[in-house]
Amino acid sequence: MKYVDEFRDGELAQKMAAEITRISNGKKYKFMEVCGGHTHTIFKHGIEDILPGNIELIHGPGCPVCVLPMGRIDDAIAIAKTGNTIFTTFGDMMRVPGSHGSLLDVKAEGADVRFVYSPLDALNIALQNPDKQVVFFAIGFETTAPSTAVTLLQAKADDIQNFSVFCNHVTIIPTIKAILDSPDLRLDGFIGPGHVSMVIGLSTYEFIARDYQKPVVISGFEPLDIIQSILMLLKQHQTGKTVVENQYIRVVNPEGNLKSLQVISKTMELRPYFEWRGLGHFEVQGLRVADPKACQCGEVLKGVIKPWECKVFGTACTPENPIGSCMVSPEGACAAYYNYGRLSLSAKRRELLDAGV
Amino acid sequence: MAAEKLQTLSKAIQNIEKVRQSRQSRIKFNDKTITMSHGSGGTASRNMIEGMIIKIFSNTVLDKLEDSAILQIKDTKLRLAFTTDSYVVSPIFFPGGNIGEMAVNGTVNDLAVSGADPLWLSVSFILEEGFEIDELRRILKSMRSAADKAGVLIVTGDTKVVQRGSADKIFINTAGVGVFQKKNVLSSANVEPGDKILISGSVGDHGIAVMLAREALEIESDIQSDTAPLNGLISALLETTKEVHFLKDATRGGVATVLNEIALNTNYAVAVDENAVPIRPEVNGACEILGLDPLTIANEGCFVAVVGSNDAETAVQALQSHSQGSDACIIGEVLEEPQGMVFLKTAFGGYRVLDMLVGDPLPRIC
Repeated sequence: MKYVDEFRDGELAQKMAAEITRISNGKKYKFMEVCGGHTHTIFKHGIEDILPGNIELIHGPGCPVCVLPMGRIDDAIAIAKTGNTIFTTFGDMMRVPGSHGSLLDVKAEGADVRFVYSPLDALNIALQNPDKQVVFFAIGFETTAPSTAVTLLQAKADDIQNFSVFCNHVTIIPTIKAILDSPDLRLDGFIGPGHVSMVIGLSTYEFIARDYQKPVVISGFEPLDIIQSILMLLKQHQTGKTVVENQYIRVVNPEGNLKSLQVISKTMELRPYFEWRGLGHFEVQGLRVADPKACQCGEVLKGVIKPWECKVFGTACTPENPIGSCMVSPEGACAAYYNYGRLSLSAKRRELLDAGV
Repeated sequence: MAAEKLQTLSKAIQNIEKVRQSRQSRIKFNDKTITMSHGSGGTASRNMIEGMIIKIFSNTVLDKLEDSAILQIKDTKLRLAFTTDSYVVSPIFFPGGNIGEMAVNGTVNDLAVSGADPLWLSVSFILEEGFEIDELRRILKSMRSAADKAGVLIVTGDTKVVQRGSADKIFINTAGVGVFQKKNVLSSANVEPGDKILISGSVGDHGIAVMLAREALEIESDIQSDTAPLNGLISALLETTKEVHFLKDATRGGVATVLNEIALNTNYAVAVDENAVPIRPEVNGACEILGLDPLTIANEGCFVAVVGSNDAETAVQALQSHSQGSDACIIGEVLEEPQGMVFLKTAFGGYRVLDMLVGDPLPRIC
């Protein structure tokens, strides 16, 4: 398949992995992939099996499904239950648990919940059902915000009165800043989000390199993209320069996408604060951590603990009955670990046992 | 340092193992209402069936949970296979087939994978008020031709009509009876480490064809459902290959679900080579766009075979020389451990676990 196969060349990956082994020379490095899409690729292709053991990947908070607090799901469910309403959402939000069930559950109880592939589909539903209120559950980072914005502008231009958006869009920079300011974390660089950067460009990340001296490489989503980005991060360490680099040049324009930014600014404004699941409330100055609960999504999202170190991982929290949203989305670090991590962990253990530890 | 790492890893595996065991050993079913997940063929369906239905209906035949019930007629050597299935697909006409063809082929295939020759079917229709007779006639005709093709007779049936809105156009139930003529007893109990895993054709076609035919997705493609009777292909396999241990059609939940059932029922591991799995580029492309795994997508004309390793090549040749089996190949093997696990050697050279679906495949946001 064009644009896919050339980025999945296993032999080339082995060569780059050998180069990573050579340059890193046994020294431990922790890199965070910010975006959930990267986490998914890493597990889907078994990238951690190809990398040398001294390179550790920390799975970051960039999964829009995972960072949405439970209260927002409860709000969504309350809206969906309102009479005369069609509630529309992206597919993977359907199973995310609120405090009393998920959208899938209220759908079963009779609410009209439909999953759509784009907010424009939701607008079409509004056109076809003029006697109903159609609400779109807007979530995601700067990647999905432009499509919500365009839909809102379209609704206004066509004077569609029965369409509204339950806006839960978030921006990536405060998340990264919260992680950088978090005292309990040690990181050697970021594999930066590709599709967010396609919208916002590169300059917004410069404070990370300048003020925090952490290298950033904006990365594509194919396995070779990620391996190459890791190599680029290591080369920055090797040469001692700390900058924002763009590995994903086939998609990301350094200036970003001005049209997308314009439609966002026409329709949305920054709110003073927004609660993030696990990460607490972000305000302009720093971060307040929410009360600790049984679920340790917050520590997982910050990379402080590995998913399986969470108190409820595998006991109270499973993919069938998730407590934390990290277990719901296939991009969530916990689900990814549960689904794909078991094997490589046991392989590593066997290696150690065979080596006579 | 290494000892510490070993301890950490052991703890991680222990934790993950807890999930697996809690899923396997004490299947609890405490759900309050039916959600769409219960119909997906993944773990939610399995929990409902094993956690409730089987417990209430329990008997020695049903408890085996095979595709078909195997019935021994008293005081004779005659053994029958008996099975039933209901069909509720939307849209009812899709590229490559329709609900009626699926209803015939699906039941024929459930009988055929147990090793029986399918002979007789029953057909029941639940029809929604307002459904067009012309469409019903088209469906009936294609059911007739599917039955002819499979060499089965539709010998009994029923029709019911419900108020508009109480059903979605047409629901079909078929049940089928087959007779065992060959000696092969096919059961997952025959599966042994070293056995090869074969697939009879390319995967994901049906599920993706139906998904793309639904209105919301504006992706143009010529992917066709693979709906087809498999009894001819299976006969060709059983006639030439002695060491066929187990067969299963990879319908709802896809190849991933079949392989996980094998791993869970035998408590062996199944290793799959991702590179070897035949997937059409169009299907792969659609899955990439939607964030779905082709191995979890439904098929209606494709089965998984577990064959003794000495006979595996014979089996591949038998399948390939049949017109329906040209894409057949070996995709993996059965291993001693890790117990109960299906894993994939990725095309990229890494490994990952291939799990059963939890509920319906839901497209990812980004």
